[in-house]
Amino acid sequence: MSSRAEILALVDKNQPSHVDAPIIDMLATVNQSPEIILNTFCTSATNIGSQIIFIDSLDDIEGHVQQRIISPLRVVSPIPELKTFAEDSSVLNEANPHSLENVELAILKAEFGVAENGALWLTEQQMGNRVLPFITQHLALIVDATAIVADMHAAYKRTENADYGFATFISGPSKTADIEQSLVLGAHGSRSLIIFILKQV
Amino acid sequence: MKNHAELAADFNKDEDRVNWHDETLWWVRQKRDKAAHQIDNWELLRETASQIKNNVLSDLSNYLQQFEANAIKNGITVHWAKDAAEHNQIVKEILNRNGIKRMVKSKSMLTEECHLNPYLEQNGIEVIDSDLGERIVQLAEEPPSHIVLPCIHKKKEEIGELFHQHLGIEAGISDPQILTETARLHLREIFITRKAALTGVNFAIAETGEFVVCTNEGNADMGAHLADVHIASMGIEKLVPQRKHLSVFLRLLARSATGQPITTYSSHFKKPRPGQEMHIILVDNGRSTQLGRPDFRNSLKCIRCGACMNTCPVYRRSGGHSYHTAIAGPIGSILAPNLDMKDYADLPFASTLCGSCTNVCPVKIDIHDQLYKWRQVIVKEGYGDHKKGIGMQVMGWTLSSPNLFNTAGKAGRWVIKHAPFAVNNPLNPWYKQRDMPNPPKESFGSWYKNNR
Repeated sequence: MSSRAEILALVDKNQPSHVDAPIIDMLATVNQSPEIILNTFCTSATNIGSQIIFIDSLDDIEGHVQQRIISPLRVVSPIPELKTFAEDSSVLNEANPHSLENVELAILKAEFGVAENGALWLTEQQMGNRVLPFITQHLALIVDATAIVADMHAAYKRTENADYGFATFISGPSKTADIEQSLVLGAHGSRSLIIFILKQV
Repeated sequence: MKNHAELAADFNKDEDRVNWHDETLWWVRQKRDKAAHQIDNWELLRETASQIKNNVLSDLSNYLQQFEANAIKNGITVHWAKDAAEHNQIVKEILNRNGIKRMVKSKSMLTEECHLNPYLEQNGIEVIDSDLGERIVQLAEEPPSHIVLPCIHKKKEEIGELFHQHLGIEAGISDPQILTETARLHLREIFITRKAALTGVNFAIAETGEFVVCTNEGNADMGAHLADVHIASMGIEKLVPQRKHLSVFLRLLARSATGQPITTYSSHFKKPRPGQEMHIILVDNGRSTQLGRPDFRNSLKCIRCGACMNTCPVYRRSGGHSYHTAIAGPIGSILAPNLDMKDYADLPFASTLCGSCTNVCPVKIDIHDQLYKWRQVIVKEGYGDHKKGIGMQVMGWTLSSPNLFNTAGKAGRWVIKHAPFAVNNPLNPWYKQRDMPNPPKESFGSWYKNNR
């Protein structure tokens, strides 16, 4: 008998009689105004080390980036509006993730944010290359002010039928407290996370 | 082999370190409380998580097959391993087939349970652990002492010394910022050059065939997305029925573990990227047996947050290594006897049965009840501590006879008062790491007679 058949037979024999899965709808946060949701998002994100910058249009980003990144450090983005100052990462081949090793700043669009934990959801469609949001020294994510949901229940509702090969929630810069519980930002992933919130004009 | 009490005695030799360990873990527990109290319906969330896991365990064979079918549809290769040896062999064969001699690994308690690293090393394959805490214990040639905080038993000066010896930094550096930066640079080199990456799995979704890996450091993603071959190892109990159920578990996991609202990265792996091989190994290794033990099957609900360790008065003062198993603390003490009742007969006794573990468990495992039940099974099967058996018998006689009880009480009070050396000596296990109390002036019985 194969291990598969053996394991399944044992599990089948030993599992208890059927119990239904519970209803989870009542757990979702309801009736919060968009203003409260946005405020909660900003508080959660700041608490975990993200930096929030409100912008009126994508054109504002260049100014903020130039304050931080000194040329010729490598700035990449797949967003067409940012081509004036960022290298177009949409043309980079997924087959060669190692070419991103020396990226200083990646600027990506997030699909939406989650207020309760300051996390942002992006799929590989927004990443272009799966490793980009992790390998870059610094990460900037752009999210529409109207695209913030209250909690994780709403987040999974929103992505119910989404099709992706890879997707992730990112909440703040990478971090570790493995050495004596001292919090250090910049473990293996990005050292900082800037969230550009695009206000509705 | 030393038992829990003997290993705990070793750990207790350094009193300052024990106090630090105790206080630090309690601080993590307090962070958990703060995070939990910020959620209005936290208790309902725990109850719901527990019920979802009840459903998973009751229908596990279906969910496993559903997950397998969907994962295959997504282009993932699915393997089944009935025990640790088969798991390790599958990993080796995947690497051999691809001609790979060096692999990077992110945190996976399952591979600790299977002793994968030594097995691969014996077969000429180098493994480097990429979680900072795990890398540190790997350099120290020790196992992790905590499932979430692998090197919580180490001081920063010792870590500096390890990095001095192995990573070539100057001697005497102990700043966590500098040490972390050193590890970042060292491990970037590893991520860039390794062609295979192994990750653990936090949750696997039957409905879609995807799996979720949670890290704060980003090491699982760095490894997996840069490698040509991604292997994910998971215990068969890691399934959840549907994607929407992740909302419940992701809200609970990091809050229970470290008091964060969510881990920095919660990555959903569904399909390999073009040109990449993605493998999932479904490992039983005793889980199906545990599923058949009605008193103990709830232990399979565990999501490996570590909250029960952070709160446990015994774990905090005895250290993770005293449990001599991959998963320490209260949860480890109810999982390990299932794997080997004889070797781990001491672990269910390494508890005060205070119930704090049960109170913080995000999936409501009745941990302290199971510890109590394991004690009975272990004694019945003949693996109990015989000294304890004799003591219990003496206590049984004493408690069943009022005369004997009164005499024993009097004798005890007299001895502590007049001959303290008879109890304050290393022959008395209660004297270890403790001062004996002052004797009461009279027994409760005589106090009651005079005062009622």
